[in-house]
Amino acid sequence: MNARPTLEQVREWLAAVPDPEIPVVSVLDLGIVRELAWDGDILEVTVTPTYSGCPATEVIAADIRSALQARGLAAVHVATRLSPAWTTDWLSDAGREKLRAYGIAPPVGRAGEVHVPLSAIGRPRAPTQGVSCPRCGSHNTRETSRFGSTPCKALWRCADCGEPFDYFKCH
Amino acid sequence: MNDARFECLLRLGDNALVLAQRLCAWIGHGPVMEEDMAQANVALDLIGQARLWLAYAGELEGRGRDEDALAYGRDAGAFRNVLLVEQPNGDYAQTIARQFLFDAWHHAELSALTASSDARIAAIAAKALKEVSYHLERSSDWMLRLGDGTAESHARLQAALERLWMYSGELFDADAHDATLVEQGIVPAPQSLRAGWLQQVGAVCTAATLTMPDADAWMQHGGRQGRHSEHLGYLLAEMQFLPRAYPGVQW
Repeated sequence: MNARPTLEQVREWLAAVPDPEIPVVSVLDLGIVRELAWDGDILEVTVTPTYSGCPATEVIAADIRSALQARGLAAVHVATRLSPAWTTDWLSDAGREKLRAYGIAPPVGRAGEVHVPLSAIGRPRAPTQGVSCPRCGSHNTRETSRFGSTPCKALWRCADCGEPFDYFKCH
Repeated sequence: MNDARFECLLRLGDNALVLAQRLCAWIGHGPVMEEDMAQANVALDLIGQARLWLAYAGELEGRGRDEDALAYGRDAGAFRNVLLVEQPNGDYAQTIARQFLFDAWHHAELSALTASSDARIAAIAAKALKEVSYHLERSSDWMLRLGDGTAESHARLQAALERLWMYSGELFDADAHDATLVEQGIVPAPQSLRAGWLQQVGAVCTAATLTMPDADAWMQHGGRQGRHSEHLGYLLAEMQFLPRAYPGVQW
């Protein structure tokens, strides 16, 4: 067995592990890798799930293990950490740009700021502003459905170029 | 001592699991494709939450039952969900009314549980709360749209609200398990959530031009103690068929 790689090296390797649902972004871009640590010869990778029921969660853990094993790390333990809960605020800037290039509008605003107060729920409200069409860049867009193809996305449409697109919800 | 916590975790997990199973029945039958997807996504969130609650319940129980064993291996009498979530889908108004009444309570319950003295319960609640906030927004939007929509949609939603109302009282029932856990700071007193829930439901009903039924009307009880309506048995027969017919099957 070779000497232990540095955690910085491990991070570089993880930057090449794609999200199984949206393969243009890596698990690092998503902000779900919360901690890396050595426990003797075992590498402990702490991951937080995006949504509770996201079916990608188990695939991600398996992908991380196999990617690191391919680099010669035999003993990898992927642990789950729930708290603090994942937020789209942890998406990297590079990840946001990759989403846009892929045709998914990245989240607008910070999760804490867009939280709808209880007193405003069930009242007519102003639509989310500033979601730009990933195809033409127009801000003249509107939500067509609260949910898209996965729990993390909503369906939107561009009123200028007509493109229907996924919006990565601010969560 | 852990019996009470086990019961509480079953209640939280079973509420989410049974409602998710109900919602999944809309897939392929929704009024529009976007609603199919929305119901599936809400159900997926709830299944994920059920898994977190039931996995913890199984660990506390210490008899080797994991979340799958608890979900697929118990009969109706061992389920601890409230009667509200097992009620049939009915028409879309009934599905929306059931969702809204539950979401408004679920939001309040999870908000309180984020301060639980049990750190794992607090962590699961904080995660679930983010998802449930979105559920409540969505079901509230539909209450507005159907209630303040056409005469037909208004009449159907009002009828659904009145039909389901007697199942809402159970959300605030308390028994000896609740008393034990309230004393330990693990869960909120169920009754402490009632005033806020009534206010939230009342405000949305008013905005939706609906009449909220009488808060002091006669209410059904028993789901949290395992006394269920006939509907649950049929739901479980479908949900549990495969793992019961082929124990240990994987695919």
